[in-house]
Amino acid sequence: MKNSSRRGFMGKAFGAVAGVGAVAALYAMKKTWDPLPSVKAAGFTTLDMSAYKENELVTEKWRGKPIFVLKYTPEMMSQLTEKQKGRTISVGGSDYMVTLGLCTHLGCIPSYNADEKGFLCACHGGTYDFTGDVTKLPPPRGLDIPPFKIEGNTLVLGEVGPEYSQMKETGITL
Amino acid sequence: MAHFTKATSVHDWLNQRLGIDTVRRVMATEYWIPKNINFLWAMGMVLAITFALLLVSGIFLLMYYQPNIATAFDSVNYTIMNEVEFGWLWRHIHGVAASVVFLIIYIHMFTGIYYGSYKKGREMIWISGMLLFVTFSAEAFSGYMLPWGQMSYWAGMVITNLFAGGSLHADGLVEWIRGDYVPAQAFLTRFFMLHVLLLPLAILGLIGLHFGALRIPHVNNQDGEEIDFEVEAAKYKAGDKAGSKVIAFVNDFLSKDMMVVAIYLIFFFYLVFYHFNFAMDPVNFDPADGLKTPAHIYPEWYFLWSYEILRPFSTDVGLIAFAFAQVIFVLLPFLDRSPNAVPASRRGLFQVWFWLMLVDMIVLTAMGKLPPEGVFSTIGLYAALTFIALWIALPIITMFEKKA
Repeated sequence: MKNSSRRGFMGKAFGAVAGVGAVAALYAMKKTWDPLPSVKAAGFTTLDMSAYKENELVTEKWRGKPIFVLKYTPEMMSQLTEKQKGRTISVGGSDYMVTLGLCTHLGCIPSYNADEKGFLCACHGGTYDFTGDVTKLPPPRGLDIPPFKIEGNTLVLGEVGPEYSQMKETGITL
Repeated sequence: MAHFTKATSVHDWLNQRLGIDTVRRVMATEYWIPKNINFLWAMGMVLAITFALLLVSGIFLLMYYQPNIATAFDSVNYTIMNEVEFGWLWRHIHGVAASVVFLIIYIHMFTGIYYGSYKKGREMIWISGMLLFVTFSAEAFSGYMLPWGQMSYWAGMVITNLFAGGSLHADGLVEWIRGDYVPAQAFLTRFFMLHVLLLPLAILGLIGLHFGALRIPHVNNQDGEEIDFEVEAAKYKAGDKAGSKVIAFVNDFLSKDMMVVAIYLIFFFYLVFYHFNFAMDPVNFDPADGLKTPAHIYPEWYFLWSYEILRPFSTDVGLIAFAFAQVIFVLLPFLDRSPNAVPASRRGLFQVWFWLMLVDMIVLTAMGKLPPEGVFSTIGLYAALTFIALWIALPIITMFEKKA
């Protein structure tokens, strides 16, 4: 009886130590799989917005994903609806569309037609207007807007500025 | 300490220390297999041989493959295919075997379903088998990443995106799995590790469990007959081999088993030498490019049925249907409420269920390959709904099944 209770205690003590060790090991393993600091540091892309030409789509890269940047012509700026204005980013007096270049349907990359001022996704025929808002199904929503922060004439992708927070709150982007 | 005597031979020396005669008796010469079986009972050995082919060819590929996003593609498509002597052989064996192993797994699975080999004490054989199916699927997927072509990259993107859980938008989890925002170096190296170490270890362990699970209930037979293995084995050992219902695993059963394996290997190497292209997607011969999506992203043929269950629905419903399809087969022994462990042909409605399920999975596979447009997406939708309906119907139709 005395022996078995002593063994029982030793079993429980071992269990407690092993349990702590197991949790600690799992924590270390989880952290080992986290994105590395170098990966995270590379998660910011700074765009010089003064370098873009009007109505000419440029594809940039942010976190390995394509980013569409389109500078509006004055004519495009004048015909914006309220909803389209909500998707528009103004930097240094000019208006831009800056979105992820991935169709919100299944992630294909849409192409831009500068004459018709709209995007077509060849995979399943979805279309978007020049602000990236969806104009023909199947895409469930307009092109997603990456987190951004306006700093003078530049746009920092990956940082959250007040304009982006507002877009998120109003549900313009996910 | 046990008593050792001077050995009379190498055999005796080993036998005193390792008991090799006992091992041989227990594992081979007195491991009993029913006589009333057919060639479908050889699929287990066919799978074991295919796994061995994957292991050996994989070892040779591993010596030249480089798990680096800058060099992986060339190490496969240039170094292994053009520079290494017979490098093409190992790659084609590996690629063809990875595809064919699933064909055999499906035959093995449906044989088990048809003959009721998941019942009456054989539940653990079924469950360990389904765990093997899941680990083989993970092994196939992780291996598909390694050549780092366009299909590798985009399949990696799409499949890891599933873990965002649709509207849950668990992007943090997806980034954790990838170790990056998109599939990149961290992703490739960790899937390399999974493919060459962790998953093969799990597979080896599960194969041990699968074989172990067979020992007590024994192999099923064509009539689902409950055989008293001790009585039948005694008859066999007494010399009444004709009257006994069982034969020894070695040499009796294995000699026939290896006959099927030989025929299979002729077919297998015919594919390796003359028709390896079916296992080599042409899209994957373009290097990975995160800024260019292939027009159609589709998985290898063996994942098409579950992919088609995901596809016709909206994101969230699709994910739930997909998750359902992934786990439901594991529960088969508990969803089948009938105590009858006989072939489906003697089980009334279950026979209809069996063939409907088989045809439905073939239809799902075909539709998964076709672009999701027009009549194909309608057929795909109904086939997916049929799959779910069949599983809901299973407990009901088997509950009312007459005792055979």
